[in-house]
Amino acid sequence: MKVSARESVVTHALLLIAAIFAVYPLISIIVSSLGGADGAPNFANFQVAWTRGSFASALIASAVVAATVVIVTAVLASLAGFALATMRIPGSKLIMGLLLVGLVLPYEVTVLPLYQLLSGWGLIDTYWALILPQIGLSVPLGVFWMRTFFASVPIELLEAARLDGASRFQTLRLVLMPIAGPAIATLCTILFLFTWNEFLLALILVPENQAVQTAPLALSFFSGTARAADPNVTAAAAVLVALPIVLAYVVLQRRLISGLTDGAVK
Amino acid sequence: MSNSLSKGRPAALFARRATLSGYSWSGLVYIIPALAFFVVFVIYPIIVSVQTSFYDYDGLTLATPVGFANYVNVFADDDLRTALAHSLVLLVFYAALPVCIGLALAGAMSRIRIYGLTVFRALLFLPQILSSVVVAVAWRGLLASDGPVNSALEAVGLGALATTWLGNFDTALPSIGVIGTWVEYGLCMVLFLAGIVTIDRSLYEAARLDGAGPIREFFSITLPALRPQISIALILTITFALRNFDLIWNTTRGGPGTSTTVPSLFVYQDAFQNRQLGQASALAVVLTAVILIVVVIVQVLLRERGDKKTRTPRKERTR
Repeated sequence: MKVSARESVVTHALLLIAAIFAVYPLISIIVSSLGGADGAPNFANFQVAWTRGSFASALIASAVVAATVVIVTAVLASLAGFALATMRIPGSKLIMGLLLVGLVLPYEVTVLPLYQLLSGWGLIDTYWALILPQIGLSVPLGVFWMRTFFASVPIELLEAARLDGASRFQTLRLVLMPIAGPAIATLCTILFLFTWNEFLLALILVPENQAVQTAPLALSFFSGTARAADPNVTAAAAVLVALPIVLAYVVLQRRLISGLTDGAVK
Repeated sequence: MSNSLSKGRPAALFARRATLSGYSWSGLVYIIPALAFFVVFVIYPIIVSVQTSFYDYDGLTLATPVGFANYVNVFADDDLRTALAHSLVLLVFYAALPVCIGLALAGAMSRIRIYGLTVFRALLFLPQILSSVVVAVAWRGLLASDGPVNSALEAVGLGALATTWLGNFDTALPSIGVIGTWVEYGLCMVLFLAGIVTIDRSLYEAARLDGAGPIREFFSITLPALRPQISIALILTITFALRNFDLIWNTTRGGPGTSTTVPSLFVYQDAFQNRQLGQASALAVVLTAVILIVVVIVQVLLRERGDKKTRTPRKERTR
């Protein structure tokens, strides 16, 4: 099909403008974080932010919470997704319906009872207060994701495993898990992103204990108190929080984008 | 697919083996761990929220039942009504604008071969992966009184328009809106681009042979084919717009005055600062109900009609 070269150039120019606009705010904080009173680019702002905002502990806390939530959810979702895809489970319609609601639910409605529940268990201001609810909130996406994958596996594979005398659990562990790698990796990437960036739950469930506060919450407190202080230091703090995610994104963007867009449409 | 195949060989699959004797009760063992987390940390809290919403409760003293008073208040209280009105304004910025920008650009892109699509996609999607706190810090810098936006205005001779965008009663809400547009338009474009790839190119060629112009092409081919992607884009952006706690909290906290308050802000403040737990719960329940209703409406509007015509061929193409 023929479209004028001029139209192609104009469209690419529009696309370029849209892309630059999308990246510009991140570039602006990177530039600002490297700047300073005396002009030359340097890392002094990072040093100040790192020590004053205790971002070392915040990044560790984020990593601990995100890794635990992702691993536990992946295991639980694989088990449940396998059962829902290959077995006739009593009440499976109801279970799927509940999970579907969980998929679109704004979790704001859960935060107050969650606070009361976890404070009753004495878990406020501990890692558990962040980990346990976020596993619960990640389960719907995880189960649907893994169920879709297991349902797409050719039936002959399951049949062959059964003829070879494999039990259900053996089939899952030895036949299905080895080929589920890409599906699980994409799921883990998406869950990691959501968990790493979670803000409201952290604000509510670990308000006092700085040792378990995650990176976004630490940044929120730091930029709140530093509002009158040096904006370059605040920018450096923001870059510190964004950096792990942006680096992971550079490596995993194909997987992540296709996972999020295709998965959403399904 | 798996069902029809296995019907002839009942013993082949776990599902079918189990069918002979009814349900696979032991299969529940696989589901219970995941379900337990979901029920304890999602379902149970929702039930408690609904229950609390019918009480006057400060979290310490005895709760008194008040019927629907908290719900009446959601729509009668001036502050809450203002917040709901703000949400409607933000819907334009967070959902309508991004979807329109995405569609316009996607329509233009459907007509040409795009070079560097992967790179463009990755850049456009970037706002989606950043923590909302990082987004807030970045935009606070851009919109500050001595920030790049004001500098740019001064550079082109519009210095009179310069203001502290997030601190000005008139500009704070639209400024938050622009941030929302920025977060969402790339997502919409990426979703629509993924949809456009699945459109049969011969449709465009046929349309052009019939003398259809770009506008006609967009409305008769691109737009109908993108129906599933538009549906998803609307659901994601509208949900984001109606929830919208993080961005507001980290930019304006509802200020200046009450010019950027939103319902989720009051859910937090009533629950954790003003100790009006019943009121907070009622508001959260209303917010949830509104979001679920909107999701259903969007699904029905955009799925039902074109279902028979578009759905089957699309699936074949993606395989």
